[in-house]
Amino acid sequence: MADLRTRVGALELRSPLLLASGIWGESGVSLRRAYDAGAGAVVSKSIGSEPRDGYPNPTIEEYGSWGLLNAMGLPNPGMVAYRGELAAARQGGAVVIGSIFGHDASEFRTLALAMAETGVAALELNLSCPHAEGLGSEIGGDPTLVTEITRAVKEAVPLPVWAKITPNAADPAALAVAAVAGGADAITAINTVRAMAIDVDLQRPVLTHGLGGLSGPAVKPIGLAVVWQIYERVQIPIVGVGGISTVDDALQYLLAGASAVQIGTAITHGGAGLFSTLNAGISHRLDELKIPSVTALIGAAHRGTQSV
Amino acid sequence: MRRIRTVTSRVQETPSTVTLRFFDDLPAAPGQFVMLWVPGDDELPMSLSFCEGERGVTVKSMGATSAHITRLQEGDKIGVRGPYGNQFDVAPRHILLVGGGSGTAVLAPAAEALVRGGGELTVALGATTGPELLFAERLRPLADAVHLATDDGSEGYHGFVTDVVTRLITMQSFDAVWTCGPEVMMSKVEAAASRVGVPVWCSVERHMKCAVGICDACALGPFHVCQDGPVFPGATLRRLEEFAHSHRDPSGRKLPFGSPPPTTLPPSS
Ligand SMILES: Cc1cc2nc3c(=O)[nH]c(=O)nc-3n(C[C@H](O)[C@H](O)[C@H](O)COP(=O)(O)O)c2cc1C
Ligand code: FES
Repeated sequence: MADLRTRVGALELRSPLLLASGIWGESGVSLRRAYDAGAGAVVSKSIGSEPRDGYPNPTIEEYGSWGLLNAMGLPNPGMVAYRGELAAARQGGAVVIGSIFGHDASEFRTLALAMAETGVAALELNLSCPHAEGLGSEIGGDPTLVTEITRAVKEAVPLPVWAKITPNAADPAALAVAAVAGGADAITAINTVRAMAIDVDLQRPVLTHGLGGLSGPAVKPIGLAVVWQIYERVQIPIVGVGGISTVDDALQYLLAGASAVQIGTAITHGGAGLFSTLNAGISHRLDELKIPSVTALIGAAHRGTQSV
Repeated sequence: MRRIRTVTSRVQETPSTVTLRFFDDLPAAPGQFVMLWVPGDDELPMSLSFCEGERGVTVKSMGATSAHITRLQEGDKIGVRGPYGNQFDVAPRHILLVGGGSGTAVLAPAAEALVRGGGELTVALGATTGPELLFAERLRPLADAVHLATDDGSEGYHGFVTDVVTRLITMQSFDAVWTCGPEVMMSKVEAAASRVGVPVWCSVERHMKCAVGICDACALGPFHVCQDGPVFPGATLRRLEEFAHSHRDPSGRKLPFGSPPPTTLPPSS
């Protein structure tokens, strides 16, 4: 039996498969359900200072087997109300990564302090949501701000800090380099790819917000390229995310340089059972490939290739 | 997949409730819902009140968007995705149908399928006042009896339909109960039926965004109403602390039933 354990910096994980932020994160019970099904850790919904309803529906457009377009608009109950959900998630011993978003370094810092008090194992900074004014990728697209925000959070809390970066930039790897300059412990990549849908009958955008972010199988090749490029530029661990729904999808991200991966959109079809299915599948596939452990695959596709 | 449909007919069912019909060819089963989009306004989950031929939804004017839906006219365009969710088991047996207010909308097509398949039906409907009793005439030809209750006593029993159900369920034997309506009502129906060992199926409602089991807006205990429901066994719901007690607003905050929604910052503050 291949060893599924991996680590992201100091954080040891029983499986390389994590639940991505914004998926099943509104309720602590849902987070725990994903952990109990075999996830190595679960990332909370991105939480801000105040309650936000998000955008009015339609917030989702479905593309069948390709994936989903969404502009939820960062709905969340606010840090104070969310504490109860985090407590519920951690009750059964779930390893929870707390995701936060803010408008500037000082808001990120305040949220990081509050999130750290809840007992999360690490923080993930949402520097990458593609559809919220003054938030997410609007600040996360600026390397100077990425460094400043990451540093402010690192100085405030003793927890590992993961910077989640956007693919909607000319050079996403430069954003990872900027996060490293601020002291990040890991890079999460990617968030959704900016996209939109237009209805011909109505001659108008489908999503209330107009622009949204694409996720699911359609974005996997994009995520792989971003992880690949980041691996060539930084020394800290990478958490790969974007379009993973099969065993080989996950292994491709590991080969590109990810130490762990996150799963989002695939949950719509697979449910929580996807974690146990993929854990078993990875173990089986590694045995077949005669590879002893998940960690042996990390970045292995780079060996013997020229920098791309 | 989303498609744009044209409203083919509009029927005022009660002073506050309207049925809109539209052509659609995707298979739909009693209990399932669609996400109904009013272009330029919001998109809401709506149980199908007609699942065959021209599909239909029966909508009660509650918030701004549902009020907008009730004002739509023949020829107006709506967006539809789905149907989503599970369904009522319409295998032939004796069912007691308990509808509260507009909750009867989702039960009516199930009742039709049941009776067509040889099942037996008894009906108990409740509403605030006589004119608000929904689908009594649609169900009457299907049922061995239709019991009515109104809060103001203007029609049928003066009081809650749950009182009628508590009495019926001890006098007659039923194989199962189907119910949809206010959650406090459903939980009382569940309690009465479980005392005499009759299984109950409840169609529950929660705020929804994605309808595909990913956003968690409709989380109810360990379930997602959009995928695991909306029809749940009463025995399962009884064990959930949220059932008949709280639901979530669009931000994800838990609110007790009956409380006014708190104010929230606009999305792009
Ligand atoms: C409905 C939905 C909500 C999301 N919400 C968040 C969020 O709050 N914070 C965040 O960092 N990423 C969010 N994401 C992005 C995912 O975490 C992930 O980066 C992206 O969907 C790509 O992974 P996938 O293809 O496996 O879904 C969201 C994605 C979806 C589909
Ligand atoms: S509405 Fe999104 S999970 Fe049910």
